[in-house]
Amino acid sequence: MTATQPQRVYVPGDSGALSVGADQVARSLQIEAQRCGLPIELVRNGSRGLYWLEPLVEVETPAGRMAYGPVRAQDVPDLFAAGFLSGEPHRLGHGLTALMPYLAGQERLTFARVGLTDPLSLDDYQAHGGFAGLKRAIGLEPAAIVQEVTDSGLRGRGGAAFPTGIKWATVRDAPLTPKYVVCNADEGDSGTFSDRMLMEGDPYCLIEGTTIAALAVGATQGYIYSRSEYPHAFRIMETAIARARAAGFLGPDLLGSGRSFELELRMGAGAYICGEETAMLESLEGRPGLVRFKPPLPAIAGLFGRPTVINNAMSLASVPIILAQGAAFYRDYGVGRSHGTLPFQLAGNIRHGGLVEKAFGLTLNEMLYDYGGGSASGRPIRAVQVGGPLGAYVPESQFDIPLDYEAYAKIGAMIGHGGIVVFDDTVDMARMARYAMEFCAHESCGKCTPCRIGSRRGVEVIDRIIAGQARAANLALLESLCDTMLNGSLCALGGMAPYPVQSALRHFPEDFAPS
Amino acid sequence: MSNSAAADPAPDHAGQVGPIIAAHRDRPGAMLPILHAIQRHLGWVPGAAVPLIANALNCSRAEVQGVLDFYHDFRRAPPGRHVLQLCRAESCQALGGLALEAHARAVLGLDYYQTSADGALTLEPVYCLGNCACSPAVRVDDEILGRVDQERFDALIAGLRGVGATA
Repeated sequence: MTATQPQRVYVPGDSGALSVGADQVARSLQIEAQRCGLPIELVRNGSRGLYWLEPLVEVETPAGRMAYGPVRAQDVPDLFAAGFLSGEPHRLGHGLTALMPYLAGQERLTFARVGLTDPLSLDDYQAHGGFAGLKRAIGLEPAAIVQEVTDSGLRGRGGAAFPTGIKWATVRDAPLTPKYVVCNADEGDSGTFSDRMLMEGDPYCLIEGTTIAALAVGATQGYIYSRSEYPHAFRIMETAIARARAAGFLGPDLLGSGRSFELELRMGAGAYICGEETAMLESLEGRPGLVRFKPPLPAIAGLFGRPTVINNAMSLASVPIILAQGAAFYRDYGVGRSHGTLPFQLAGNIRHGGLVEKAFGLTLNEMLYDYGGGSASGRPIRAVQVGGPLGAYVPESQFDIPLDYEAYAKIGAMIGHGGIVVFDDTVDMARMARYAMEFCAHESCGKCTPCRIGSRRGVEVIDRIIAGQARAANLALLESLCDTMLNGSLCALGGMAPYPVQSALRHFPEDFAPS
Repeated sequence: MSNSAAADPAPDHAGQVGPIIAAHRDRPGAMLPILHAIQRHLGWVPGAAVPLIANALNCSRAEVQGVLDFYHDFRRAPPGRHVLQLCRAESCQALGGLALEAHARAVLGLDYYQTSADGALTLEPVYCLGNCACSPAVRVDDEILGRVDQERFDALIAGLRGVGATA
């Protein structure tokens, strides 16, 4: 490469990277490049998911992309002086990005392109295998698409882990029309950010997966319901939909096939419960997000009373590669009945927080120590909440259990959306149990009594336990209350809020003792 | 949160929300898109908008009010020039979020949903910003900040107040 050709430099436009100064770094790179007379072509890619190294700057060299991070704006002149544009070593250098241990050990199927490409470039997307799945699907009968997804073993990535192919078959066979596809991108679970990363880093993948779902079930209209807490993801997704439509990947004549699919992006309004599928439908229809009784299943009578496929963003984003590479390719990843990969999200008190996409079956120990590098504080890891705010707290004695749906169910825990939040030994588990109930009370839709009232009473009972009042009686009351919520709630919010509470009580009883 | 239609400072809001409602009313399930559009334009949803929306969507005022009241996002009173959200979720708690929260409330002299006397900012809680690998996280308007310690927080507030004074 000659000196006059602009050197391609990547600075993520992902909101995690932006949150720690990526825009300032990008500006600084442009100013310094101009000052040095070394033209650069700046690409705002998604994040590689190595958040402790964000902003992670990459330079394209003949040997491959070289990584530098975490880069602050004030580091930029020094990087230029060291010759980073030619991939020269620097104290912030990590060598070839693809060979960094955190990335090299991953199995990125759903996230194969995230961090690699310019998220909004249709050319980039297609150059990296994009739309291959859609192109294949458009030549298949709907039944064949459904079969492919069924054979892949894909289960819902939102939490309930229901087989995706079976859900699709129900909608395909339902007689009413029109039919809808709703993409659940209301990623409200704390400790999760894979939907956001995908929407910001590879939005066409979600559009492609949603379109394939529509072809499989005969839907002509789709909605992506994204949360309002993700303003950046919303803007990128909105632009991507407009560009995909302009290029014929959405709209009245999909890829010239004569088939039609319209996709609209909708914004939630700060209600966690709208991540529950029937509450989401209510919200899309313009009402408060109150959970619906089931049956009827949304697959039979969903949005506007019509058959509706509702899938999590991660489920739909897994579909393009299944269609492109075939069911067997995907199915061969994983263990037992947990097929394929899950983009796990490492967060909380962890040194190397970020996204780790791996086949099911690795353990928390591998996740926490091989990838995470232990706690950020340097203190012992004491408790790990897996699966969001309704997920159980897992103690160290269970860190060697494989992350697969069934193995986790067996210990009263769940994998959910793959969020892993780490706490060191300074955590007060009685406080965390109280927070779980407080969160449930804050976010309850109010339709069913166990959740609406139970969560409020739960906070009060835990307060009395913490204060040392009638401990034995209040502990018994809390168990009974948890049992009522578990068995009597209408949906998973009230039905699972006891998980973090009970696991905290079971594994960390000493924190509930009077101090 | 305090709320009263009588507190509407500008009765001409009806003139502003009318075209917004007209632009969205024909979308299926138009309620949330309309409320978002009004709030994006005005910063809040004035009580005067409620009967107009009800009329456009052929539903009762109570239904519109019910939606407005249900969702945490919709404001029924004008916010400060900037809205500052502190993440209260588990990942941020694991990295000192509670201490940051206490610091913020003390420094600003504000409780949640309150607006500072100079009108510069409104403080709100939020339950996850999806920036959990860079906790603790804070949102200012549409900007997300990560790894926010007390020092970074204080610098942020100084910046916001400065911007507010010259605006």
